[in-house]
Amino acid sequence: MDISNYIYLSALLFTIGAIGVVVRRNAIVVFMCVELMLNAANLAFVTFSRVHGNLDGQVASFFTMVVAACEVVVGLAIIVTIYRSRRSASVDDASLLKR
Amino acid sequence: MLTAPKLDYALLAPILIILGAALVGVLVEAFIKQAWRAKLQLAIALGGIIIAFEQLFRVRNQTSSIAAVTSVSIDGVGIFMQGAILVFAFLGILIIADQDNFAPQASALPGSSEEATALQSGKQQTEVFPLTLFAVSGMMLFPIATDFITLFVALEVLSLPLYLMAGLSRRRRLLSQEAALKYFLLGAYSSAFFLFGAALLYGYSGTLSLNGLTDAIHGSGGNDVFLLLGIAFLSVGLLFKVGAVPFHSWTPDVYQGAPTPITGFMAAATKAAAFGATIRIFYVGLDAAQLSWKPIISIIAVITMVIGSVAAISQRDMKRLLAFSSIAHAGFILTAVVSLNKNALSATLFYLAAYGVATIGAFGIVTLVRDSAGEVSDLNRWVGLGKKSPLVASVFSLFLLSFAGIPLTSGFVGKFSIFSAAYESGNIYLVVAGVLSSAIAVFFYLRIILMLFFADATNDSVSVIIPSLLTRISITISALVTIILGVAPSLLLNVAQNFAYFLR
Repeated sequence: MDISNYIYLSALLFTIGAIGVVVRRNAIVVFMCVELMLNAANLAFVTFSRVHGNLDGQVASFFTMVVAACEVVVGLAIIVTIYRSRRSASVDDASLLKR
Repeated sequence: MLTAPKLDYALLAPILIILGAALVGVLVEAFIKQAWRAKLQLAIALGGIIIAFEQLFRVRNQTSSIAAVTSVSIDGVGIFMQGAILVFAFLGILIIADQDNFAPQASALPGSSEEATALQSGKQQTEVFPLTLFAVSGMMLFPIATDFITLFVALEVLSLPLYLMAGLSRRRRLLSQEAALKYFLLGAYSSAFFLFGAALLYGYSGTLSLNGLTDAIHGSGGNDVFLLLGIAFLSVGLLFKVGAVPFHSWTPDVYQGAPTPITGFMAAATKAAAFGATIRIFYVGLDAAQLSWKPIISIIAVITMVIGSVAAISQRDMKRLLAFSSIAHAGFILTAVVSLNKNALSATLFYLAAYGVATIGAFGIVTLVRDSAGEVSDLNRWVGLGKKSPLVASVFSLFLLSFAGIPLTSGFVGKFSIFSAAYESGNIYLVVAGVLSSAIAVFFYLRIILMLFFADATNDSVSVIIPSLLTRISITISALVTIILGVAPSLLLNVAQNFAYFLR
């Protein structure tokens, strides 16, 4: 199979994630869209690694996974705190700072 | 056969010392009893920063591009930025040490009985110290990183603690938590762009290092679509961190919602770290492709300066106003980034150092103006403050004059050196836009000073509290540095000039 298809898939996933962040309202879903973008980058790294015939890209994708896991820990902590104090995880409800 | 990588520990020590101090801070938080914790944490944090600075000073004239195989490059700009960030961390921690600004127990719900118990018993969690140190370690790594893995990891190490710290405010906790959520979601969004940009540049060049990227651009072997898209996505991530228009929308909200000591630290140190990495990426990695990014970044510099200055006029809140002023300053520094000469580089270093110190001092003063419910950042209630406490109002005016770029303050020297470097490189329209938006900015800074001193106070509930010793030290140092660099700028300008080089 043509290897450029993987790049198209990665770009598609990234676009879905990027649009999802903008249009979705639930903080958890927004966060999942960000994770989708990170994974799209991972797919691109691995594909380019194959194209160039070196392992740098695969190493990068491992680092991304670890960093994404840390981000989940911090992000869910923040989202759960917000949910507990407002009973809602909608990013529209969090609008005290906009006047 | 695998060989262990060779590490030059002497050069990496400043970062490792800060990380070590942060880990000790986590242990202290877990095992030491409440009564000693705050003092011990403060001592560990300040001690770590001082030892790290001392080590950095010792290796200041050494350079190496193989200190950690090839992933960091210890050179003039890197060492200067690390030193500046350590100074900001020192001044910032002195203000953060005033624990009255932070939630006693961040996990307790606002208004819950747990929170009330924690407040009554006087318990105070001190996790903010190790979090600050973790952020500082990331900030020190970011400007010296030379491959995209290290850059991305450093970006996240500096951001993740800051997201949490934004939510730690003791008062107005809903606002603070909301600031944390916004900062987190938008920050994660922008770092995803940064990562995808790095992936595309890897696709273009086949290597993750900045030097390899330059070689690939010179050899023009790869696919230019990947190069251009990669530069664009990478820039989104960087411009978000420095707070440039159109990626600035988080800045006022986060600056307003976060606890004020954190805002000051974040405004100074994050900006320095992000600009440190930005100049390295643009000067070292993408210099050869400057025709494709210079026009866009120039336009962004102009609209950042203008929008930052114009939007600040209509703000009714002191912290939001300082946030828009920081956006305008990001525009001024971007002017230097696109100038791409050695004077612009040293001007950037000087500006970041001078602006950062003044910012920490200014936010330090915002923490002092309070009424019975806590800090007052509403601009209308600052009216006439100069009559109640002339000293604090004068020092605050000094910082504002420095932001405005009035002669005899550090801000003037910074702006002057940036604009002369931009003029030298032939970007006349950038200079014109910069001077015009400076003029707009002078208007609203002076308006605040007039309001402080020459208007009658409308209500008397607002007062300036007596600062703790540490806060007083921090504000005094900031004010002295702001004046000294304005009167005798060559002290730091010469240093900046000596350190304004990259190791390629």
